[in-house]
Amino acid sequence: MATTATTPHDHDASEALAERIRQANVTGTPLRIVGGETRGFYGRPVAGEVLSTAEHRGITFYDPVELVVSVRSGTPLAELETALAEQGQMLPFEPPRFGETSTVGGMVATGLSGPRRPWAGSVRDFVLGVRVIGHEGIEQRFGGQVMKNVAGYDLSRLMVGAQGTLGLLTEVTFKVLPLPGASRSLRLDISLEEARNRLADWGREPLPISAAAWLDGALHIRLEGGPSSVAATRERLGGDDLDDGFWPALRDMALDFFNGDATTRASDRPLWRLSLPHRTASLGLTDAPEATMLHDWAGAQCWARSAIDAETLRNACRRVDGHATYLGARTGSGSDAPFTPLPTVLLKYHRNLKTELDPKGIFNPGRLYAAF
Amino acid sequence: MNILYDERLDGAAPKLDKGAVRDSLAQAVPGLMLLHREEDLHPFECDGLSVYRTLPMLVALPETLTQVEELLKTCHRLGVPVVTRGAGTGLSGGALPLEHGVLLVLSRFSRILEIDPEARIARVEPGVRNLAISEAASPYGLYYAPDPSSQIACSIGGNVAENAGGVHCLKYGLTVHNVIKVEVLTIEGEHMTLGSDALDAPGFDLLALFNGSEGMLGVVTEITVKLLPKPETAKVLMASFDDVEKAGNAVGSIIAAGIIPGGLEMMDNLAIRAAEDFIGAGYPVEAAAILLCELDGVEADVDDDCETVRRVLEAAGATGIQQARDDAERAKFWAGRKNAFPAVGRMSPDYYCMDGTIPRRELARVLKGISDLSEEYGLRVANVFHAGDGNMHPLILFDANTPGELDEAEALGGKILELCVEVGGTITGEHGVGREKINQMCAQFRPDELATFRAAKAAFDPKGLLNPGKNIPTPARCSEFRMIKSADAKSAGDGSPTHSPG
Repeated sequence: MATTATTPHDHDASEALAERIRQANVTGTPLRIVGGETRGFYGRPVAGEVLSTAEHRGITFYDPVELVVSVRSGTPLAELETALAEQGQMLPFEPPRFGETSTVGGMVATGLSGPRRPWAGSVRDFVLGVRVIGHEGIEQRFGGQVMKNVAGYDLSRLMVGAQGTLGLLTEVTFKVLPLPGASRSLRLDISLEEARNRLADWGREPLPISAAAWLDGALHIRLEGGPSSVAATRERLGGDDLDDGFWPALRDMALDFFNGDATTRASDRPLWRLSLPHRTASLGLTDAPEATMLHDWAGAQCWARSAIDAETLRNACRRVDGHATYLGARTGSGSDAPFTPLPTVLLKYHRNLKTELDPKGIFNPGRLYAAF
Repeated sequence: MNILYDERLDGAAPKLDKGAVRDSLAQAVPGLMLLHREEDLHPFECDGLSVYRTLPMLVALPETLTQVEELLKTCHRLGVPVVTRGAGTGLSGGALPLEHGVLLVLSRFSRILEIDPEARIARVEPGVRNLAISEAASPYGLYYAPDPSSQIACSIGGNVAENAGGVHCLKYGLTVHNVIKVEVLTIEGEHMTLGSDALDAPGFDLLALFNGSEGMLGVVTEITVKLLPKPETAKVLMASFDDVEKAGNAVGSIIAAGIIPGGLEMMDNLAIRAAEDFIGAGYPVEAAAILLCELDGVEADVDDDCETVRRVLEAAGATGIQQARDDAERAKFWAGRKNAFPAVGRMSPDYYCMDGTIPRRELARVLKGISDLSEEYGLRVANVFHAGDGNMHPLILFDANTPGELDEAEALGGKILELCVEVGGTITGEHGVGREKINQMCAQFRPDELATFRAAKAAFDPKGLLNPGKNIPTPARCSEFRMIKSADAKSAGDGSPTHSPG
């Protein structure tokens, strides 16, 4: 049964947003898109008139049996997750929450996923469709509300992680999944090397692992799935029970490791997010040996604190086909280019795409890269 | 409206001298195998949508990446359109050649470059067959999840171009969810890498954009896919129903019970009888519909889920429920479904396979609509349905040797797709737009939305040389489509043409 539960805050502001964009496009005025203003730390600062989606709220469609929900971009993420939980469902990619005002639009635009990502998929893997207001101020629909859809180019998934530089997201449709039937977490006091070996072995078996993070001499594992397999696997893997609070703290970058400065960008020893292939050999960062890092996603997402210059650090990542994102202080070395610079050809096509979809450069100019 | 390239509706074709193009390519691309004699071109005149045929100007069968790169640079310089083709099993005419273009065949790029069991990835060339990846990964207990029905023959490059699906998509995703990196050559012959061996890459998600882009944005020359551990066990339940609507509702009830089956397929009576005649799968031929529900995973969970599903099916009014006793019987149940297309093919000289996707709740309405249209056009329609994800494959039975019947089948197919759009669905779930559904794109998208697609295309291929005429219709084509629709509507007296809802 389709439900469209409404709240007193529900409001369709798309026409007003479209009008602002039409005007900005006429005058060539850059717009700085904001939702709950909690994800500004992730990207370059944008100089522009504020365009807020905060008024554009509400779940417009939710049918638990279809596993489909459509939600306006200004809707608080918490509101969406509560509505899904009431029906025993979830966003499988566990997006980080950076406060109660965090919005669905900001979540999609930044494209960050949580601990379940390597097993369940990322934000873009669960986006089925979007409504987006383009530079001409017209709301357009790409993708749809069905599971499979290959009509036209996949512009909906392209919007994920584009940080609002290609248009204003006004509505997103997600595939959702049932909450797992059972969940158990455990902690094994083993070395990083041992953790990597075990994860590689377990990865080739159909075990119900849904999160794996190594930190401070311990591997933290979450098991999710049917009660029978979760219980059997919990027994088999051994170790100590782990408090369930570990995962939300990891997900929201609120573990002690982050020291509260990840989102404030106030650290004197810059925080780096390293995206690496599984089983990467040591990067050889002199001031940040592997054992000092937080290894989430079974090692595919590492958090490091390092004062090494950006180029040296990024070259180390590039050698293994990874990349690094700078989340250190807002000023000083590296702060102007938080994301790994693009190779020449790739940069050319990014610029082409930006020019085609936003010829006057009004949408969040410079948010991802200075060049566009 | 004609499906073959029509300059009036699809844009002016370049005026090319075949001999001159051939000479330029031969000179610029040493060692390139280039077919030009009519008898050599014939095997390439169509893909899996064989009712449409065009003889390409030239067929190129490169062996090295340097040859592909030089070929693209030369075609770009001379303004020669390029249509890329893999195994040619596509069902939407996406690899239909152009008489004024080069057909770039990548079938000789058929090496599996690397299987890394620790990282659980496979790096392969585009001409590698889908099933060959799973076969190569099998000794490590791994497999590649997307399994289109053509998986024995179709190649992974084509899977990426079409964002191919299969019967296990609801749980394991489409091609886009299982490819982590592609190497691309642009029409200008530049190389770029999209995605990475890590779980993400900086910049726009161009990897997602290229999946399903039908060879319109670049040429994919290498693909890295993720491999999954083979499920410990898989069990399949077959339920029969005396009413199609009850079967449709049962699908929703299974999912409402919190279960995501590995596969959930539905067949109607005509498809059941065809499959049973052909394969002897043990299907109940009197049933109005059957559901095949496969549950996979860890043994203990699968047993629990089988019990739950059995209860749900009983409550949904199933007239019979059978669980495959062993792998042999499970394979037999699936064989009927996997061979449903050729089975239906035996009942009729020709059949035409549709690919609309709808919200599942609209199933009963759409099946009723299809049945009405079937009667109106006097053509039988068998329904095979990826019920779990709402992807329908109505098969229209016709005889191409009866004058006018192909046109009627196409018209009926078009109406079915428009019905899918009307209920909030899409004209193609996994087969692609290609040439086949180029007109229905005008029903699914507004002119301004189509303009945005064209803008995205222009970012990568401003001259429009890669696979022109496919996927995105021109404004001229849509104007004509709308004119015809509105004339139809007037003559039928039922108001304005349908338009896609939210």
